[in-house]
Amino acid sequence: MPQGFLQILLFFAIMVALVPVMGGYMARVFSGETVLLTRVVGPLERLIYKLLRVRPAEDDQGWKAYAGSLILFSAAGWLLLYLILRTQTIHPWNPGDFHSGTWDLSFSTASSFVTNTNWQYYGGETTLSYFSQMSGLAVQNFLSAAVGIAVAVALIRGIVARKTGGGLGSFWVDITRATLYVLLPIAFLGALVLVSQGVLQTLGAGNDLFAVGPVGSQEAIKLLGTNGGGFFNVNSAMPFENPTGFTDMFELGLILLIPMSLPYTFGKMVGNRRQGWAIFAAMAAMLIVSVTVVYLAEQHGTPAQHMAGVSTRAFDGSTGGNMEGSEQRFGIAGTSLFTAVTTATSTGAVNSALESLSGIGGLVPMANLSASETIFGGVGTGLYSMLMFALLAVFIGGLMVGRTPELLGKKIEAREIKLVVLATLVTPLAALVSTALAVGTKYGKPSVYAEGPQGFSESIYAYLSQANNNGSAFAGYTGYYQPEAGNLGAHGITFADLLGGITMLGARFLPILFVLAIAGSLAKKRVAPAGLGTMRTDTPTFVFLLIGVVVLIGALTFFPALLLGPVVQGLTTRLF
Amino acid sequence: MRRQLLTAVVAMLAFSVLLGLAYPLVVTGIAQVAFPHAANGSQITQDGKLVGSELLGGDYSRPVLDAAGKPTEDSDGEPVTEPDPRYFQSRPSVTGNSGTATYFANRGPNQAATRDLTRQHLQAFLELNTPYDAGLMAKDVPVDAVTFSGSGVDPHISQANARIQAHRVAAVRKLPLEQVDQLVDDHTDGRFLGVFGEPGVNVATLNHALDQEAR
Repeated sequence: MPQGFLQILLFFAIMVALVPVMGGYMARVFSGETVLLTRVVGPLERLIYKLLRVRPAEDDQGWKAYAGSLILFSAAGWLLLYLILRTQTIHPWNPGDFHSGTWDLSFSTASSFVTNTNWQYYGGETTLSYFSQMSGLAVQNFLSAAVGIAVAVALIRGIVARKTGGGLGSFWVDITRATLYVLLPIAFLGALVLVSQGVLQTLGAGNDLFAVGPVGSQEAIKLLGTNGGGFFNVNSAMPFENPTGFTDMFELGLILLIPMSLPYTFGKMVGNRRQGWAIFAAMAAMLIVSVTVVYLAEQHGTPAQHMAGVSTRAFDGSTGGNMEGSEQRFGIAGTSLFTAVTTATSTGAVNSALESLSGIGGLVPMANLSASETIFGGVGTGLYSMLMFALLAVFIGGLMVGRTPELLGKKIEAREIKLVVLATLVTPLAALVSTALAVGTKYGKPSVYAEGPQGFSESIYAYLSQANNNGSAFAGYTGYYQPEAGNLGAHGITFADLLGGITMLGARFLPILFVLAIAGSLAKKRVAPAGLGTMRTDTPTFVFLLIGVVVLIGALTFFPALLLGPVVQGLTTRLF
Repeated sequence: MRRQLLTAVVAMLAFSVLLGLAYPLVVTGIAQVAFPHAANGSQITQDGKLVGSELLGGDYSRPVLDAAGKPTEDSDGEPVTEPDPRYFQSRPSVTGNSGTATYFANRGPNQAATRDLTRQHLQAFLELNTPYDAGLMAKDVPVDAVTFSGSGVDPHISQANARIQAHRVAAVRKLPLEQVDQLVDDHTDGRFLGVFGEPGVNVATLNHALDQEAR
């Protein structure tokens, strides 16, 4: 165990060291400054602006125009992806001769990738052409991530706006710069590092022994953009996606790089680095607790193993613990770290079967999801979700001390608080209502695999994950029947596909609209000078308050439901 | 609004060409030139024929023969197999070690079915190995040997698992135990920088090396 904790601590130390570098860089990129990379991607950037007829220096959109562009762009992406998935028979690069997806399954998949969720009701290597994977799905992996970053940046601009009537910037410039300066270069280098270690990268056909494909290029952005949709059905557990202990850490690094650095970017752009670190500290504290809990729980093993007469203790040459569904090269520590990180950041990539986690070990991912992307969260999404909770904390703190709540000199009034409440309630509401529909009607039954509380865990996990745009799963839950490899004779479970798709779309775009509305409203406010009675938001006290608000809301909303699934299993040694 | 719609469509197409064609094709080109072995699946070949991948745990079983020396079939017409004692066995796999269609076993922590399967795995492991390692008890069996791997093609087994199986492989192949133990050490992948990941014995390369030795 000490070895495992050393591994975890060292990993976090490396990541924290990278935060100022990456966070500072992104602050410069989104302030429109010239950086080293401008020499390389500058011409391409200007070409894109020309194509889009955007004037980067002058265009400044109000929140409604910004939101309108975002919605139109996402709708165009959805439609293109849906068409690609439905026309596989005429694709180039389809050596497996896979048929097109069914309409309901394609609805689920298109909604899933446009919303940065990457919930997968399909098996990649047995149903999708290389063209669908790299020119359909991977494109949305980039663009949905860029959209998340754009919203976060727009919110920051709303907070720092110093003159009335200012806009939030240009959506088109923001996604272009997010793509060209942040996502593409890192994904490119990341892909080459991964391929050098054994991740596949070929357009050739597979053989009798294993499937192949352009995996590395997709793997890098799947993690960097906190998307999570694997080329292979078993995701990052597959050696061809994640071959060694080194690539496992490298992939975790890619996942955390942007979500961990954005609070620093925020601090720098609002001119108060302590503020950025305060947000960071609240996120980091929650992540460290969840990694520790899942690691301790997994090292203990499960009732099923103990009752089978298996010894789950560690001894010389064996890690012990719950190795069910885990890979030897990652061990219990690497599996636990990946599980906590991927569910906290809304990535949803997995390096083990989450359904095989122990009761308490499985409770942690659900608790992370219940925190609504505030534990670093998705790229961009994590920062703006946490800032919503920060506004809520400021409001509650303001009520306690009897002052008008402020964040960084901007007064928070009734309109903002109403919007904040709407933005923070959409996700839990979507998760719980969808779960209720799935377990309360007969239509959810065909999707469930396991008996007893585990079956309930599968259902609630499915809608919790889709509502949080996470994409990880207790994978027994299915929305798809596939009698043999390929889509021939396959059909979707329409109820699960549609309910999930609508959950993902609603829980992604409604909060974005509310966040942009808040940004627009904050942009119009004058900055009040800080006085004696101003509640500071960059102190340890505020960090505790912020964590308290997140935990309280998450726990109060989901605890009753979670009792019926993982908590029951964690507290009993009974088998079902 | 109309102009924004046009912009959205043009942007989506432009980014699709850049991110969906140029990016993966350039990465593929570089990968095929710089890392051809890795990019094509780290293939293991024997006499020019593909026999596996260094990164995938294979299926090391053999057909069960009846009295007449013919392969037996079960009621579904599928051939019946048993672990081939000459090879180190991969971890249990729900997919039959398939690298073409992967899926998780999805065995829950409190399921009676999980207990039963795990118990079967334990008995099978003991049956296979106790004839060659008389003192072997259930409590000595490492947990990785009796639980489904995540990918179904986990190439590694724990060092403890390999040390137990080495007795069998050495006896069946009539090799000195020291020589097999040495091979196990040679095919053990350690932690990255001594810290990251868990050590594991690569079954795919180890078994291939055993076969090479025998030739």
